[in-house]
Amino acid sequence: MTWVNAVVQGVLLGGLFALFACGLSLLFGTMRVINLAHGDLAVVAAFLAVEIVPVTHLPALLSFVIVVPIFLALGYVGQRTLIQTSLDRGAFTVLLVTFGLSVVIENMLLEVFSANSRSINIGSLVSKSIHVNAQISIAYLSLGIFVVAVVVLLGLQYFLSRSSMGRMIRAVADDQEASQLVGIDHRHVFGIAAAIAFATVALAGLAFGMYSSFAPTAGQERLIYAFEAVVIGGLGSLWGTLVGGIILGVAQTVGGQIDPSLQILAGNLVFLAVIAFRPEGIFKGRVEA
Amino acid sequence: MSLAPGTTLAESPTPPVRVTRSRRPLRWSIPLVAAVVIVLAALPYVVYSGTTDVLVNFFILVTMASMWNLLAGYAGLVSVGQQAFIGLGAYIVLLLGLHAVNPFAAVPLAAIGCGVLALPISLLVMRLRGGYFAIATWVVADSCEQLVARSQTLGGGTGAGVAGFAGANPTLLSANTYWVALAVTVVALLAVYLVLRSRLGLVLTAVRDNETGARSLGTRVTRAKRAVYLVAGAGCGAAGALLAASQRFVQPGSVFSVQWSAEMIFVTVIGGIGTIEGPIVGAAVFFILQQTLSQYGAWYLIILGVVAIAVAIWTPRGLWGFVSRRVHIRLFPVGYWVRAPGAGAAARHGEAEAGTGSDPGAPSAPPPDG
Repeated sequence: MTWVNAVVQGVLLGGLFALFACGLSLLFGTMRVINLAHGDLAVVAAFLAVEIVPVTHLPALLSFVIVVPIFLALGYVGQRTLIQTSLDRGAFTVLLVTFGLSVVIENMLLEVFSANSRSINIGSLVSKSIHVNAQISIAYLSLGIFVVAVVVLLGLQYFLSRSSMGRMIRAVADDQEASQLVGIDHRHVFGIAAAIAFATVALAGLAFGMYSSFAPTAGQERLIYAFEAVVIGGLGSLWGTLVGGIILGVAQTVGGQIDPSLQILAGNLVFLAVIAFRPEGIFKGRVEA
Repeated sequence: MSLAPGTTLAESPTPPVRVTRSRRPLRWSIPLVAAVVIVLAALPYVVYSGTTDVLVNFFILVTMASMWNLLAGYAGLVSVGQQAFIGLGAYIVLLLGLHAVNPFAAVPLAAIGCGVLALPISLLVMRLRGGYFAIATWVVADSCEQLVARSQTLGGGTGAGVAGFAGANPTLLSANTYWVALAVTVVALLAVYLVLRSRLGLVLTAVRDNETGARSLGTRVTRAKRAVYLVAGAGCGAAGALLAASQRFVQPGSVFSVQWSAEMIFVTVIGGIGTIEGPIVGAAVFFILQQTLSQYGAWYLIILGVVAIAVAIWTPRGLWGFVSRRVHIRLFPVGYWVRAPGAGAAARHGEAEAGTGSDPGAPSAPPPDG
């Protein structure tokens, strides 16, 4: 029964990974670049919730009301300035610049907030759970994060397939030059895509900060997990990302059940097995975003 | 047409064209490099061991940055996981030390071991490209750390001391460490230089300039990139082995830290990616800043990160590129310069065109203006 519980917890954890991954997937889908500062941005969002939101006397659960708009703006402005300038030089430069950003952000957080772990205080909710039976209990928080992940993915799917901005994002992703010919300002479209990606990163960071404690250095492994979820699920497929996240989550919790020190390694090994035997991912990448 | 400069040369009235390795004759560069190496080798007789101990870290930095430069600047492989080989190199020294192998003798063995381990790793990570390759190398490094930390004989997560130093004279030990570090750095730079002057270097230049074109001419692009990955793995393994031999303690969280990648990348980008001199210049800048700001925690890394971002965006050829474009110095000439005696405008143009080969920059860098 403990194994069933491990799988259940893994599936729920997968929701958090998918939430982390969808921003990475969206940016890669539109601009063909990887943002190596992705995980550190999530940690910044979590720090904002810990440090700034209490000043406003807003309940911690509602901190997204403040943090998400900040990240929307940050995404658009960051894309139109730093990321676009690097993108004009080539994908190579974007990698160098975002890696540099990642190191700078992490060390700034270390200098300003010290290496101590902290967490977003959501009161008694953190310990409340549904008891299915003696072994299996589902925490409200894990379930809530999973639901948020599914809602975000559904929303992204709907936005990309139905709205006119979503159509433009897909057009630019498919063929940037042709989209410019029909009058789309690709820089603005990239800015919108980055804003949305940053907003999902903020949500992921907040969820992560409520789910577990975090240190300034937590960003790197968040990036790795997000990336693993994207690759396991298949590049460019949003639903694949959810499945990838769930597979990674289950691999980690089951690995952790065997031996707590195996948790991260088990996830990495599943990822390496996927690139060895099925590099196109579990879902063959239909380019949706 | 791209043939234009060559055609002009053939039609010019002075057909004998001389191809040299550099624009200016390099009579002074080999003696200069040799003199620097001799002075550095004599240093332990002149200065206190505190100075040479600091220089060991500088040599480690130059070695690993040169390897990252070979990977990213010449083969276009942006890795953020070279710390895998730093860690593996350090642990090979630790492991061999448990079997009574002298840590200094273990350094070349660690390099060879890492070169061999790089082959299966390259088969895995080189299935991915660009950013995906970058993070995949990171995952591999993370996995290596997790695997090594599980071994209790190697000290588990807390690490272990390197055996084989007991009873040694501290001054002599310090000097020996310094000489081994200097030797590793010289060999590493020489290896990079020879790789780039070889046929492989020519292939890499062709790939960097136009990968599709190079492939269509029958160049074995993947094989060339894999060869570079193996060399870089061996080089970083040697750097990691030096780290273990100089710190005499190996801890998984520290030797497999992504901080090594940050240092390699910042040093190379600031110094000048795609030049052999760049990582040396960058390492000097990095080192001076690190020593000056040592009491302010991680601020040196923040400053260097910001500088590296600015350099990557605005002067992608880095410090050395900035200097060498103005004074045309090449300490390590790896390209070809075509010179036609009695050169007119056309011949100068030809020289500049051929010169792109000897003026490597980041793959994304614009071609140098003639």
